[in-house]
Amino acid sequence: MQYLVLIISLFLSPILSANSSDLSASLAQLSDRNNKAKSEAIEKITQSNRPQTIKILQSLLEGNIYYRKSDKTIFYFNQRDDGYHLEDVLSGEISIIPKKRGYKKVTINNKLRGKLRQSIASLQLGNADPSVRKSAVEEIFKKITPGNVALLNEYLPKENDVNIRTLMQLALTISELSSDDDSITLVAIKKLDGNLEPIVRNTLNQLVEESDNPTIIAAAQESLKSIKSQVKFYDHMETLYFGLSLGSVLALAGLGLAITFGVMGVINMAHGELIMIGAYTTYVIQLLMPDSIGMSILVAIPAAFIVAGLVGILMERTVIRHLYGRPLETLLATFGISLILQQAVRSIFSPLNRTVITPEWMSGTLDVNAIFSLTWNRLYIIVFCIMVFITLIMIMKKTPLGLQVRAVSQNRAMARAMGVRSDWVDALTFGLGAGIAGVAGVALSLLTNVGPNLGQAYIIDSFMVVVFGGVGNLWGTLVAGMSLGVINKVLEPWAGAVLAKILVLIAIILFIQKRPRGLFPQRGRAAEN
Amino acid sequence: MKNIRLKKCVLPMALVLAGMGNALAADTIKVGVLHSLSGTMAISETTLKDTMEMLIAEQNKKGGVLGKKLEAVVVDPASNWPLFAEKARELISKEKTDVVFGCWTSVSRKSVLPVFEELNSLLFYPVQYEGEESSKNVFYTGAAPNQQAIPAVDYLMNDIGVKRWVLAGTDYVYPRTTNKILKAYLKAKGVKDEDIMVNYTPFGHSDWQSIVSDIKKFGKTGKKTAVVSTINGDANVPFYKELGNQGVSAEDIPVVAFSVGEEELSGIDTKPLVGHLAAWNYFMSVDAEENEEFIESWQKYTKNDKRVSNDPMEAHYIGFNMWVEAVEKAGTTDPDKVGEAIIGVSVPNLTGGTSTMMPNHHITKPVLIGEIQNDGQFDVVWQTTGTVAGDAWSDFLPGSKDIISDWRAPMSCGNYNVKTKKCSGQNF
Repeated sequence: MQYLVLIISLFLSPILSANSSDLSASLAQLSDRNNKAKSEAIEKITQSNRPQTIKILQSLLEGNIYYRKSDKTIFYFNQRDDGYHLEDVLSGEISIIPKKRGYKKVTINNKLRGKLRQSIASLQLGNADPSVRKSAVEEIFKKITPGNVALLNEYLPKENDVNIRTLMQLALTISELSSDDDSITLVAIKKLDGNLEPIVRNTLNQLVEESDNPTIIAAAQESLKSIKSQVKFYDHMETLYFGLSLGSVLALAGLGLAITFGVMGVINMAHGELIMIGAYTTYVIQLLMPDSIGMSILVAIPAAFIVAGLVGILMERTVIRHLYGRPLETLLATFGISLILQQAVRSIFSPLNRTVITPEWMSGTLDVNAIFSLTWNRLYIIVFCIMVFITLIMIMKKTPLGLQVRAVSQNRAMARAMGVRSDWVDALTFGLGAGIAGVAGVALSLLTNVGPNLGQAYIIDSFMVVVFGGVGNLWGTLVAGMSLGVINKVLEPWAGAVLAKILVLIAIILFIQKRPRGLFPQRGRAAEN
Repeated sequence: MKNIRLKKCVLPMALVLAGMGNALAADTIKVGVLHSLSGTMAISETTLKDTMEMLIAEQNKKGGVLGKKLEAVVVDPASNWPLFAEKARELISKEKTDVVFGCWTSVSRKSVLPVFEELNSLLFYPVQYEGEESSKNVFYTGAAPNQQAIPAVDYLMNDIGVKRWVLAGTDYVYPRTTNKILKAYLKAKGVKDEDIMVNYTPFGHSDWQSIVSDIKKFGKTGKKTAVVSTINGDANVPFYKELGNQGVSAEDIPVVAFSVGEEELSGIDTKPLVGHLAAWNYFMSVDAEENEEFIESWQKYTKNDKRVSNDPMEAHYIGFNMWVEAVEKAGTTDPDKVGEAIIGVSVPNLTGGTSTMMPNHHITKPVLIGEIQNDGQFDVVWQTTGTVAGDAWSDFLPGSKDIISDWRAPMSCGNYNVKTKKCSGQNF
C-alpha cells in the first residue's frame, strides 16, 4: 500500500509540482495563529481546486486538521484505538503517534466556519449526488453574493433536478431584487409576491427605505403588507404550538399525580423525584446501549415505568400505607422520601448533571414554511402525552384493575365487602401513578437537565395542574395542563417569563376561590365526603 | 443504666477530643472552606472544595506556611444564603480560621460580608461577579465586569461585526447589574435602543421555546446578531438544547456566555453547541506549562483522568498562592498585616502569565474568548494582549463612574469619590 502511494506520488509529482508548492505554501499558512491569514489560506486552497480540496476543507471544518509545531506540516488527524493516526495531507503518508505532544489543531472560529461552508458549497454545486447539491444550494442561499450569483448562473443550465432548479432560480430572483435596473427589480418583486423567506422581507424593507423610484416603493410596500399579515398569522400559530407543547409537558408531569393525589388522595411530595428516577433510567439505558441511541428512548419508556413503579410500590408498602387518612403526616413523610431520593442520586451519580443524548430522529425541525417550523422533539412529546393519556384512560375504564381502583376510591368499605383486596389495589394504584411519573421523566430528560434537582422544578407545576383540572379527573388534568401551557405562552411575549408565571399562579388562585373543585369537579356521593 | 454508662464514656472522650483540638490548633494554620456541598449550588461548589483541599495538601507537602502545616476546615452552607453567614461566623469565631476561601453566588457573598467585616477576617471570593463592591476584608479573584463582559462585547463588535444584541439573563443581581453596565456601554458605542433586546428568566427556567423563537426573529433582520448570556446554572442546558432544536447555529447567532464553563458542559451533549462562545480568564485547553501541571495533579488528586478544570478553580489557585506569599511576606497570619502585604503580590496564573493583587482587592488577569468544541472543551479564538486589572466600580454606570477603591494607606477606602473627594464609608 505504501509502495503504491509512493509510486503514485512519484509519478504525479513532476506534473503537479508547479501547483503543489502553491498548495503546500497555503497549507502551511493554515498553521498561522492569525485568523485573517487562515482565511486567506482557505481562499487559496479553494481556488486551487484540486481533487483533495474538498476533503481538506471538510476536515478543517470538522476540526481534524493538525500541524506539526516544528515544521508546520499539515496532517489529517484521526483518533483510533491504537493511538493517533496522522496522514500527511500532501503525500498521504500515515504515521501513528501515542501522544499529541508537538502537534496542534488548526483552530477555526465561526467566521472561518461560515467561509468554509460557503467554499465547500461552491465546490459542490456540480456534485453527482442531488442531495449534496441541494444542501450546497441551501448553503449559498444564506449568503447571496455576486460571486455566488455567477456560480448559480453557471450551474443552473446544467441542473436537471426540478427542486434544486427552483431553489436556484429563487436565489437568483432574490439577487435581482437588488439589481440596478429598476425594471428587473420590479419584475422580481412581482415574482416574489407572498414569499416568506426573511431575506426577501429584509431586501424589500431596504428597497422601501433606499429606492428613489416611487413605483418600486409602492410595489415593495404592497408586497410587504401581504407578507406581514401572513407573518402575524404564523406567529399566532407558533404561540399556540409552543403553548400546547409546554402544556403536554405539564400534563405528562401531572398525570401520575392525578392518580396518586387525585384518585388515592395521597399528597405525594416525592412525585417530582419519581419523574427524576425516570429520567435517570433513560440515562442508564443510554449507557447500556451506546450504539443504538435511537432505540434507547423506546426501551427507556417501559424501563422507566417499571423502575419508577417499583419505587412507588416500595414507598407505598413501607411508609404511605401506615399514614392513610393523615394528610399532614403523609406530606411530611413523602417530603422526607423526596430528600432521601435526591441525596441518593447525588451519591450514586454525582451531583453533576448527566447527559441524555437526543436521538437523531427526534432532533431538527419540520419546516412548514420559511418562518414556521415545528421542532420534532416537541411534536413527539405532544403525541406521546396523548398516547399516555389514552392508555391511562383505557386502564381506568376497561381493565379489572381500573374498576377496582375506582371502586376502592369511591367506597372502600363497600369494595372490601365485595371481595376487593383493597391493600393490594392501593399498592398497584400507587405503583401505576409512580410509573406514569417515570414515563414523564423519559420525556423530560430530552428537554431539560437530568440532575438531582429535576423533580423539584416540576412538583409545584404538577400540583397546580391537578388542582386546576379537578382532583380525581384525568380529563381535567389533560385540559388543565394544555390550557395552562397556552395561557403561559400567550402571556410570555408581553409580560416576560417571570411575570407570566406569577400571573398564571394568581389566575389559578382566583379560579380556585370561585370553583374550589377545579375545572371538572367530581360529582356524586363519594365526592361529597 | 444504659444512659449512665454512655455518659461516662462520652465525657472522657469529649475531653480527649477537645485536648487534641487544642494541640492541633497550636501548630497549624487553619484555612476555612465555605462552599455548598448540598443543594442547588453543590453542582458547582463541590469542585471548589476539592480544589482547596488539593492546594492545601500540596502546600503541606512543600512544608506548609511559616513552618506550620495548613489545616482545611470544611463546612457545608447547603446553598442556603443565611446559613452562609452562620457558617462563616462558626469558622471565624469557633474554629479560629485565619482565612476563608468560599462562596459562589453574589447573594451568598453579600450574606457573609458583614460577618467578615465585623470579626475582621479575610475572604477570598473566586467567581466572576457584577462588581460595584470593594471590601477591606474580601479579595475578589474572579472577574469583574471589565475583565469578562466588556472585552467579550468588544470582540463581538469588532471582530465579528455584531450590530444587534440580545442580553439574556437569569433574574437576579449579577445578570441585572452586568446587563445594566453592558447596555450603558453599548449605547456609548452608538448602538440604538431598538437593536438591544433584554430578557430575564427565573432560576432553573426550562421552557425556552418562545424566547429562542423571539431571538431567532430578532436576528433575522439582516443585521448580525449575538446573544450575551448571563443565564446561570441549570437553565443553560435546556436553553442550548432549544437553540439546537430550532436550528439556531453559532454561525447565524453566536451566544457568548459568562457562566458556562467546562464543568457545565460536561452535562450537555455539545454537538449542537459547537461554535458558541464563552468569555473567561482561563480555559482548560490553554497551552501553558503551569496549566498542564495543574491538570495533571488535579486529575491525580481526584483519581479521575476525565475531571475537567475551570475558571473559578484557577481563581482559587491564584488566590491561595497570593495568600501564602503574603503570609510569608508579613511573617504572620494576622488579617490586617496580610491584607497590607498582599497588595502588589504577583503569582503565576495558569495561562502562562502572572496575576497581581491590585490596591482595590481585585487582580489582573488576561481575558480569553473560547469557542465550544465537540469534545466539550473551548478553543481560544481571541485574547487580550496583556492582562486587565479588575475594576471594582464600573466606569459605565452613572452612580459608580467617579468612585475608586484603594485599600493602601493613606486612602484606605473602598469607595472614594474623586469628585467630592470623600470616602462614603459604606460597608461594601
